[in-house]
This record gives sequence, structure tokens and C-alpha cells, in this order.
Amino acid sequence: MSAVSEAINLPSANASHEMGMSGLHKAIFAALLVAGLMAPFVLYPVFVMKVLCFALFACAFNLLLGFGGLLSFGHAAYFGGAAYASAHAAKVWGFTPELAILTGTLGAALLGAAIGTLAIRRQGIYFAMVTLAFAQMVFFFSVQAPFTGGEDGIQSVPRGLLFGFIDMRPDLNLYFLVLGVVFLGLLAIYRIIHSPFGQVLKGIRDNEARMTSLGYRVNRYKLAVFTLSAGLSGLAGATKAIVFQLASLTDVYWTMSGEVVLMTLLGGMGTVFGPIVGATVIVSLQNYLATFGDWVTIVQGVIFVVAVLLFREGIVGVIAKLIRKPL
Amino acid sequence: MKKTGLIAASIVGLLMASAAHAQTSIKIGVLNDRSGIYSDITGEGSAIAAQMAAEDFGTDKGITVEVVSADHQNKPDVGSNIARQWYDTENVDVIADVPTSSVALAINDITREKNKIFLNSGAATSDLTGSKCSPNTVHWTYDTWALANGTGSAMVNAGGKTWFFLTADYAFGHALERDTSAVVVANGGEVLGVVRTPFPGTDFSSFLLQAQASGAQVIGLANAGGDTINSIKQASEFGITQGGQALAGLLMFVNDVHALGLDVAQGLVLTESFYWDLNDQTREWSARFEEKTGKKPSMIQAGVYGAVLHYLKAVEAAGTKDAEAVMAKMKEMPTDDPLFGKGVVRQDGRKVHPMYLFRVKTPDQSKGEWDLYETVATIPADKAFRPLADGGCELAK
Repeated sequence: MSAVSEAINLPSANASHEMGMSGLHKAIFAALLVAGLMAPFVLYPVFVMKVLCFALFACAFNLLLGFGGLLSFGHAAYFGGAAYASAHAAKVWGFTPELAILTGTLGAALLGAAIGTLAIRRQGIYFAMVTLAFAQMVFFFSVQAPFTGGEDGIQSVPRGLLFGFIDMRPDLNLYFLVLGVVFLGLLAIYRIIHSPFGQVLKGIRDNEARMTSLGYRVNRYKLAVFTLSAGLSGLAGATKAIVFQLASLTDVYWTMSGEVVLMTLLGGMGTVFGPIVGATVIVSLQNYLATFGDWVTIVQGVIFVVAVLLFREGIVGVIAKLIRKPL
Repeated sequence: MKKTGLIAASIVGLLMASAAHAQTSIKIGVLNDRSGIYSDITGEGSAIAAQMAAEDFGTDKGITVEVVSADHQNKPDVGSNIARQWYDTENVDVIADVPTSSVALAINDITREKNKIFLNSGAATSDLTGSKCSPNTVHWTYDTWALANGTGSAMVNAGGKTWFFLTADYAFGHALERDTSAVVVANGGEVLGVVRTPFPGTDFSSFLLQAQASGAQVIGLANAGGDTINSIKQASEFGITQGGQALAGLLMFVNDVHALGLDVAQGLVLTESFYWDLNDQTREWSARFEEKTGKKPSMIQAGVYGAVLHYLKAVEAAGTKDAEAVMAKMKEMPTDDPLFGKGVVRQDGRKVHPMYLFRVKTPDQSKGEWDLYETVATIPADKAFRPLADGGCELAK
């Protein structure tokens, strides 16, 4: 891990853009925005919205894993929990979509704070297991609780009227809302990573004992990043529930926690843009290989094996190494 | 899949060449589980069944049929994404099969919104023709009500008066248990006890021992998938059916029995709407199906065939593929196919036909790999499904 982060971080120290956004990153964000604005006219909008939601989810997860050094194996709980909360808010309480998404996000952040308080007391594999255990508890809650609809999930969630007057039923209207939400989420993550807070996080990731000896209250930082990551995962899950008009057990099941790890590793852990690439690749595979039946899981597995064997830094990590600039 | 695609393409090609007067072209999307736990009972077999329906319908009626298929991986978001894409950009007219209730309910909504047609065969939830019924949906093969009713009433009438339930502890299990106990009690039976098992579960031994100790004549398995398989395997280790108690699976398919083997599954009682060895017509069709797939069809695959065939007949009769006109025709015309015989599609979208209570044969009784069931009772069509008025469907009023 430390070798990887050195390879990525060293050039950035020279670039003297530690806090602000480097020119390259500005250009990439601009290109992403342009691509995002054009995508619905080329590709199927609902598919692109799904990619966007998972890109945000993977980036939120990467904030915790790539920059906090904490491998959570229970992020489905926040993603799916928020999906249930926002679906319930929109369907039963009649919230407008922006309020429903906010409800889901806040719910996930609270859940993250509660679980995080207990989980950060352990490290490494134990941390992963504790988060997995809590996520399974959320899963069982979702199976049993009366308002989640059991294995049927919450269905026919209305897309509603944004701010009470913009009809979200046409796919394109909703698309631009989702693009806005996800883009703001990504910028927020970028800001967090490049803030003094983010620098402390990287310090904790690379050498926790040294940060403690320097006088940082390590656990507070860990809890903060855990809560932020959970909240942003929730933002992605809540948005996805509005897009697909449903929340189901798939979103809280442990395989979802595994999928986001896969997306992050494939794209490039600890890079800013890697998880976006990873999420795009995985979601596209699921979508375009759907007609080939059982090949989806096989191809996913092969890609993961190849990634681990040939480019452990992930797609974007390898590119960053080649151009000797952090991405 | 590629093969089906090629066959479909060549059929379309042939039609285009030979029948210049072809006016209507239909695209059928078979959406189901092709990689997970339901791939055996739905999967590629359902796509082949749809293709066979198109072939048997004939190519001389001015209707060209193309069958496409996709894997929804039992995830509602994947399924709903594919369905939207099919309807919006790929001109799919009708989606068929769709096991897994959560995915089926999502497709039910989308189909209604896009005003297309949904021929469900694979999903169990009776909500599809109840509280969530839609004017664009036909639910063909079975539902939870029919299974609970079939197994419950027929077992009591066959002498299984006292029951004990092994219930998977989630909404689906509770619903199955509730519906079945109601039927058992209404028919003069008695429920001696219930044990709720954690879902998903692997170790059922203590629950099975409770069931055994209850002395009930019938042990009802209100669970599905892996839970059912595990509980049956463990029941066989305890020799429960050999001890004189009957084991009733409330959601089981012929492929599950085939996979378990007769040694383990013998004596199990279950309800299905189709079995390959029912009569000459089912045997003939199933032999053709086996030639293409190497397996006997499940009732879901048979249901896809029946539903698609009836749909194509309705398109021919209506002279258009407009969803409203075709749905009206489907409900107006009596159904008649070699697999389910004569039947009707009710106003709420429920297809009604007889259901059958089967008992799994012992290895001595079985004469071949797929000779698995003996028929215990036939539940006539008018008693097999939930009465129209009880479902709470708005279309039934």
C-alpha cells in the first residue's frame, strides 16, 4: 500500500498544487462534465444514470479505502439503507425527490456514524468483519421490517416533481438532476481529499502510530471520514432509488459491498478518478453482457484476476504511473 | 444464446424472403435468471420455449417473430434497466417469463407505464393479479395462492389432517404459511405448530426434530430455493418420510426434485401446474424440448410457451399489436394449447387452468431419469386459483 501511495503522491508534492485543483484535474473534471452532458443523447439515459450512481458510490467508498486506509466490507448497508429511506420518503410521505434524496443521505450518515463509532475501534481484517456484521444486521432488518416490503422491496416509487414543479418523469429531466447530484458529490469528495483534513487522513493511512505521536486524535478523523463516506454512499443509493423507482434487497446484500470493492480496485484505489472508471466498466459489463447469460459473472471474475495479476494499481493507477502525474 | 439468436435471425430472414405480405413483426424479450439459482427452471429453456411457440404458431400468418433474451441476475435494478431499454430503444413488444417477485413487480410497473405487454410465467407473487394488478399483465403459470391452496386442500382431503410448518422467517415465508394454514383449517385440518427458521438457513436439524416430535401427519415447508433444498436433504437424513410423516414442499419445481435425486426427495408432496408426463401432448412437446435443451421442461418454461402462443393468436385475431387491443383479445379468447389444455385469462390477468398435486416417486417406482412424479390429485381450474373477487384487483370490479 505505501509503495503505491508514494508512487502516486510524490509527483503531486512537486506540482505544488496540493490544496487547489491542478490544471490536469480541472481539465478532466471539465471533460467529465461535457461527457455527462452529452451522454444521454448518445447512450440510453437510464443506463447512464445507473453508471453515475455507482460512480459516486465507488468514489465514496474510495474516500474511505483509498485515502483513509479503512477497508469496510459493509458499504451496502449505507447504499441500500439510504435507498430504502428515500424510497419510503418519496412513496409514503410524499416527499419531493430532492427531499427524499436528502432524507436517504442523512439517514445513511447517521447510520454510518453509529456503526463507525463501534467499528473504528478495530483495525484491518477485524474492522472489515465488524462492518460486514453490521451490514448483515441492516440486511436482516430490511428483510424483516414491515415497511421495506421484504423480498419484493419498495416498488413503484414516484419520481415526483423537483422542488414541487419540475416533472421528473421524463428520463432526460431526471438525468440532469442525477448528473448534478453526482457531480457535486464528486467535487465534494475531491475537496475533502485535498483539504488539510484529507492530508491528515493520508497520514493516518500510511502510518497511524506516527500520526498519534504527532498529537492527532486519530479516531476522530477515522470516524469523520467513515461518516462522510457513508453519507456520500447514501447519496448515491438514495438517488438510485429515485431513478429506478424501487429499493430492494439487492442494494443491502453483501454482494453489493463486494461489488463496490471490485469497482474501486479495478479503477484504481486511492486515485481520484479511478472508481469512476471502475464503476463504468462493471456496470457496462452487467448491462451489455446481460444477453449472454451466465457470462457476466465469469467475465467480471476474469477481469478481476487480470487486474490483480497485471495492474494492481487499477486502470487509472497504471495510467497515472505512466504519465507520472496523480489522477 | 448465440444459437437462439442465429435461429431467430434465420427465421426472420426466411420469412422476409418467402412472405412478402408480412405485416406485423413482433419482438419478444425473454427476461429471466440465466446465471443464478433460477437459471435451471427458467433461463435459456424459457427462451427456447418462446422460440418453439413462435415456430408452432406458424410462419404463414403474416406475423414475424423475433425472440431476444437477457439475464436480470435476480436484481430488480438490472431487470428494470433492461426492460426500459428494450421498450424504449429496441422495439420490444412483449416481455415474457421474469422469475423473482421483486423483479417481476418492477417490470409490471414499467410495462404499464410504457403500455406494452408483460407475460409473466416465472414469478410466484399473487400480488401481480391482486393489489398490484395491471391491465398490461398476464400471469400464466402459478402463484403463491395456487400453491398454498393446492397443497393445503388436496393434502387434507387425502387424509393429511394435522400439520406442522417449517417457515422461513421473512415476508414470503409468512405469507405462504398464512395462506396454507387458512386452507388447511378451512378443509377441516388442524395446524399443530409452527417453527420460524432464520432466512437464509443452512442447518434445519433442530427445527426438523421439533416437527418430527409434533407427530403431525404433514410437515409443510413454507420456504424456497436453497432453504427448501437444505431442509429436504436434512429431513431425508432423519428419515422423516420413511417414518410416516409426509413432507409438503410449498414452492418446488421438477428440476429441484431431479437435482435432489429420488433417494432424498422420495415421498415429498408438491403442487405444480404442469408435468411433462401428464398426457400424450405434454409428452410429445417435452420430447421436442428435451431434444433442444437436454432437459425436461419446468412448468415455468411450459408457461412461457403457452403464454407466447396465446399472445400470438391474440395478435392474429386482433390484426394489430396494439397493447390494449391484444390484451382485450387475450382475455376474450379462450386459451388452448397442448400443455395446459383449455383455459381462460381472467379480467385481472390471471390465467386459470387445473393444478396438480404430485408425490415424488421412490427409486423403485421410477422407470427413468425424469420419471419423478405420481399424480395424487387434480385441482380443477375453477378451484385452483384465488377467486376473482378476493384479490383486491381494481380490474376485477
